[in-house]
Amino acid sequence: MTEVKAKGQKPSGPVGAKRRVVTREQILTVFPEQTLGVHRSFAGDVWAQFKSHKGAVFGAAVFLTIVFLVFFGPMIWTIDPTFVDIRSRNQGASFAHPLGTDQLGRDLLARVLSGGRVSLAVGLTAMALSLLFGSTIGVIAGYFRRMDGPLMRFTDLFLALPLLPLLLVIVMLFREKLSGVLGPEGGIFILMVSAIGLTSWMQTARIVRGDVLALKEREFVLAAKSIGTPSRRIITRHVLPNVLSPIMVSATLGIATAIITESALSFLGLGFPPDFPTWGRLLFDAIDYTRDYPGRVIWPGLAISLTVLSVNYIGDGLRDALDPRLRGR
Amino acid sequence: MSEKLVSVSELKIHFPIHAGLLRRRVGEVKAVDGLSFDVYRGETLGLVGESGCGKSTTGRAVLRLYDPTEGSVTFEDTDIADLSDGDMRRMRPRMQMIFQDPQACLNPRMTVGAIIGEPLMEHTSMGAKERQERVRELLDQVGLNPDFVNRYPHEFSGGQRQRIGIARALALDPDFIVCDEPIAALDVSIQAQVVNLLEDLQAERGLTYLFISHDLSMVRHIASRVAVMYLGKIMELAPVADLYADPLHPYTKALLSAVPVADPDVEATRQRTILTGDVPSPANPPQGCVFCTRCPLAQSKKAAGEDVEKCFTAPPDWRSIGSDRFVACHFAEEAK
Repeated sequence: MTEVKAKGQKPSGPVGAKRRVVTREQILTVFPEQTLGVHRSFAGDVWAQFKSHKGAVFGAAVFLTIVFLVFFGPMIWTIDPTFVDIRSRNQGASFAHPLGTDQLGRDLLARVLSGGRVSLAVGLTAMALSLLFGSTIGVIAGYFRRMDGPLMRFTDLFLALPLLPLLLVIVMLFREKLSGVLGPEGGIFILMVSAIGLTSWMQTARIVRGDVLALKEREFVLAAKSIGTPSRRIITRHVLPNVLSPIMVSATLGIATAIITESALSFLGLGFPPDFPTWGRLLFDAIDYTRDYPGRVIWPGLAISLTVLSVNYIGDGLRDALDPRLRGR
Repeated sequence: MSEKLVSVSELKIHFPIHAGLLRRRVGEVKAVDGLSFDVYRGETLGLVGESGCGKSTTGRAVLRLYDPTEGSVTFEDTDIADLSDGDMRRMRPRMQMIFQDPQACLNPRMTVGAIIGEPLMEHTSMGAKERQERVRELLDQVGLNPDFVNRYPHEFSGGQRQRIGIARALALDPDFIVCDEPIAALDVSIQAQVVNLLEDLQAERGLTYLFISHDLSMVRHIASRVAVMYLGKIMELAPVADLYADPLHPYTKALLSAVPVADPDVEATRQRTILTGDVPSPANPPQGCVFCTRCPLAQSKKAAGEDVEKCFTAPPDWRSIGSDRFVACHFAEEAK
């Protein structure tokens, strides 16, 4: 066995037959540990690790493509998504309408493209908002024992609320006022985002609290206390970076939930106006026609799924890249 | 003897036990129950005892990481037991701590530079560059390559991580360092390195250590005086040579008899005092002397028909025997 192997290898030349010049870069490729003195920046490290996560890179590419299509697509495909052409309704794919038309003769491609703008914006903003609420409440409840009871009961209260009726009430109460101040679309956007954000932070809060409870008993937090670091800086410096993983996971899942909730609200007639396309709206409009024209469900559905999936992968890669213990593996 | 740096008197730390539906307070764990001792400038006071006897709690209370239930901790002339948070923060640079678990005491998401730089960031007005210089200097002092500043804790071995912890404790030039079992998590060859490093640093900077450990031979090596704890109380405190040569308290005797000797002939004939029973719960310590339930001396005296009633009813006084020895045992004078 060893003989065969030895034969397979190239015979090494006689000693000193040829001096090879070895560069520093070559040493680094063989001994990646020998990074002494090499300046390693945090962003550089994170990027290097992120790049090595194939799923994350693929997800980022898909997500960027979707964002690009959604924001610049309508400039290239200039058909008005709300233009009704009743004579060319229910058409299949053609050069004039690559994804066909709906029951009112509106071009589906244009609707998917412009619908994505709203859905993505709502999804990302609502996710950011719920993340902010959730992690703030979770960290405070976990870190300060006195706040734990009140804040967690508050969270339970929100978890116990029937969310859809609550959303309906919120929308009913504030839609007119906000539309009056910010215009119909801006007003509804703000309303939707805050309504979704305010009703979806509880899971994050619970998860973050649990992690903080475990984390604050770790010795490095005690070490920071013995140094005299004030609580707020212990939280930002020691606690938050270490609960990043669960926050990241809830964030990626949150986008999906936000997009779906938005479509549910639109479906109930409480979101954006009926002719205003969003992915969720397109899905619900098409449900009645699923049997005859499945394409109408598939395209917006595919857009939502791809977005959620790609964001999930990005989150996964980012989580790994931000953890120094996983970096460089 | 030189001046007192830290003086602890009648220190008590009780943790409440809550139970039942209403989380009512049903009792308390007496982790530390009436300690008095002094630490002199420049010395190493060893604090030994078995697991759960309150060594670490004492160490943390001395640095006011726990608020004492009763008693005072005087650092130089300041009673830090009831100092306000702001005043305490100003005292922190003077006293630092080295932790037991070198893995757990370093934030895994911070670079070594950031970890050692944290005390500098909190208490000095150094710029980023100056701080970097100081961190490199500290790394060099604890025997690590200064180029390691940008690395993360998981890239180091246990001994190296402990050195990082020591560098962090040294960053602000403290007078007093509580070493909370700094060598317990290291293997023996590394233990010696770390202990030697601690001794060198003490010689260079005139540091004062409170060295908590359950390794009696290591304490004998590093400490100048030793305090023996059992169930939240100090049983005996004496200069290291006296304590090891001639222990007065029956618990100290039992503890010392458990230390193995690296000589097969001695080891074969060594007399061991084997204690029976378990350590009582610190939530419900015995009435009299805390050691009375397991005390071989009380048992033998009782068997001989002597009166040992006071062992079970009255806690012994914490009193000095000779010039610099302290014992809490009713029969300490006889042992002398």
